[in-house]
Amino acid sequence: MKTYRAMVLVSSDSDSISRGAQEVFERLQEEIAAFGMQDEVNLSMVGDIGRHDAIPMVIIYPEAVIYGPVRPEDVHYLVEEHLYKGRIAAGLQAPLREMSGRVAWISARKGTMPAEQRIVLERAGLIDPASIEDYIVHDGYTALGKALDEMTPAQVIDEIKKSGLKGRGGAGFPTGLKWGFVARAAGKQKYVICNADESEPGTFKDRLVLEGDPHNIIESMAIAGYAVGATEGYIYVRGEYALAQKRLSDAIDQARELGILGKGIFGSNFDFNLHIHSGAGAYICGEETALIESIEGKRGEPRARPPYPTTNGLWNMPTLVNNVETLANVAPIIRNGGDWYRKFGTPSSPGTKVYTILGNVNVTGLIEVPMGITLREVIAIYAKGMKQGKSFKLAQTGGSSGSIIPASLQDTPMDFDSFNRAGVALGSGALLICDDDTCVVDLAKTLINFFRRESCGKCTPCRVGTQRAYEILNRMCEGRGQMKDLDEILTLSENLAILSNCGLGQTAGTPLKDIITHFRAEVEAHVRLGVCPSGVCPMHERPKVTA
Amino acid sequence: MTIKQNGNGSHPATVSATDPATLEAVRAAVLHHGASKEELIPILSEVNRTLGYLPTVSLDEISRLLRVPKSQVFSVATFYRMLSTEKLGRHVVQFCESAPCHVVGGRQVWEALQDGLNLEPGQTSSDGKWTLVTVSCLGVCGVGPVIIVDEDMYGNVTPAQITDILARYE
Repeated sequence: MKTYRAMVLVSSDSDSISRGAQEVFERLQEEIAAFGMQDEVNLSMVGDIGRHDAIPMVIIYPEAVIYGPVRPEDVHYLVEEHLYKGRIAAGLQAPLREMSGRVAWISARKGTMPAEQRIVLERAGLIDPASIEDYIVHDGYTALGKALDEMTPAQVIDEIKKSGLKGRGGAGFPTGLKWGFVARAAGKQKYVICNADESEPGTFKDRLVLEGDPHNIIESMAIAGYAVGATEGYIYVRGEYALAQKRLSDAIDQARELGILGKGIFGSNFDFNLHIHSGAGAYICGEETALIESIEGKRGEPRARPPYPTTNGLWNMPTLVNNVETLANVAPIIRNGGDWYRKFGTPSSPGTKVYTILGNVNVTGLIEVPMGITLREVIAIYAKGMKQGKSFKLAQTGGSSGSIIPASLQDTPMDFDSFNRAGVALGSGALLICDDDTCVVDLAKTLINFFRRESCGKCTPCRVGTQRAYEILNRMCEGRGQMKDLDEILTLSENLAILSNCGLGQTAGTPLKDIITHFRAEVEAHVRLGVCPSGVCPMHERPKVTA
Repeated sequence: MTIKQNGNGSHPATVSATDPATLEAVRAAVLHHGASKEELIPILSEVNRTLGYLPTVSLDEISRLLRVPKSQVFSVATFYRMLSTEKLGRHVVQFCESAPCHVVGGRQVWEALQDGLNLEPGQTSSDGKWTLVTVSCLGVCGVGPVIIVDEDMYGNVTPAQITDILARYE
């Protein structure tokens, strides 16, 4: 491999691109060539760097200097100062106080911050996602090679079982067990589906994996296909993720060209093909049976379960459906072994978890840390505290279907079991952190409004229940609530959980239950006193409805 | 978004049955994806991208070419948010109304948007310039509140910026 004197990385998440990252990249190419340094300097577009306050961002190694936001007209100066003259381009450096994600990780290596533990996002932001060579140089496709050469499908499944990996889509179902079900199911044709319909509000971890390291998903899906006996795979990407779709589709083409997808992979008798299916804007399609219906060209309405997709999935054949983050763990586990994976996280939930940190904190962004970290640690260490020194009131975890967690539970370790015991849900890893200016009734109204809109309407408890709950909360916000509404909210929440057909309806009532359990006094203040203690709700009827 | 049936010829969304551009768009999409039932959603998406929406004629033609009942084509076309059976304005403003944007000032941005455009959610302005819609999470929550105008995404939006952003579109 060729060695370079310097490496220049340009952030290329969709956000950066919308702010001119492509142009900055092209100008860098021109300027580096103009100084005759094209053989000494390696220039790459990388995925999301985990920081959005100063994009497009340019990082130059080996000094790991972070520049941003870089405009195309800054590029000449930047190249001349840093790469040609060898000194830091004054005035262009990104502000240092706000650090998260990849940038935090980089500075952690310089000993200034606690490190993240990256498995899923190991390469995202460090390699060029458009280059299969770059992936291969970074241990890419070695796990697939190992699985095909040295392991039987049953051994692959055993390794995943041994690792203790649990589904990262929110439910936390043991991945190895699911693979075993599909492997044992009878069927002429089996399928592997990667669920990349990441629509949970506040969650964008899967997008970063797909944009920053698409080959990891291809490799892991091929391993999954080998393990369960599937020869066809689908990646269902939500329609809004245009860049992720492009990166994946390019990556699949490259893999096909090199014979990593297709017939007789690596000289074995294993065939595997991949297709991308673009969603068209429907949250419900993240539910696995709705997703399958959508691939079949129908409305995304969930099927009745059982039978589960593991036996009756796509085209009624046995189908393995895994979330992006779950799959992204597969290749590292096969490469390093299940025991290695168990070194991270807690005994019941091994491994790492990618969290997106949002809300009223100083630093928003994304981190990958071992399972079992607490909210207090996340806020203090990675989010750099609450904005304007306000106090932490609640966190809403796991997108809309998660829980509202009061400050009193902020020391609960965030792993599947501890959260279950505390009666809250970890969900997809979104951490929406709110200060005391947040009104719980208003927040619950926003959440239930989301479910009301996204309910597919197939089953009555969900379609009507979410609408009724929204009406009640809206009434409370307008100062027209009654005490019996509190009981009604609890009944609705319970009925939604028991009677709904799929996960959407079953979890829709969680925020309702949570605000009554943890913040009853605040809800009662809306009703009994006609006051919104946080001063958010209008407490009178508004002339026009903004539904 | 409300969906209106195109029962009579006077509705603006109705295109005459002989409109060649519409039929051409449908045929190109069917040719690209193949005339099979499972390609219904990719075909609808592509036609929607080409024409900006899905006129009734296009749904009829897709139904004919794919041998899928019209009722099923219509039911799929009206299910997904990114497909529209109604003609939209020249510029579509999408506002994220999910919780992460909401708690960091989304409500104020929404009020500014409604004032700036003088539209209710789902409405298209009478001059056909703007359509305003509220959407669920767009997956860029790190920079909320977020709005998307056509293909351009704006993050960390404040109410004061709304006038400036809207003025960029003709």
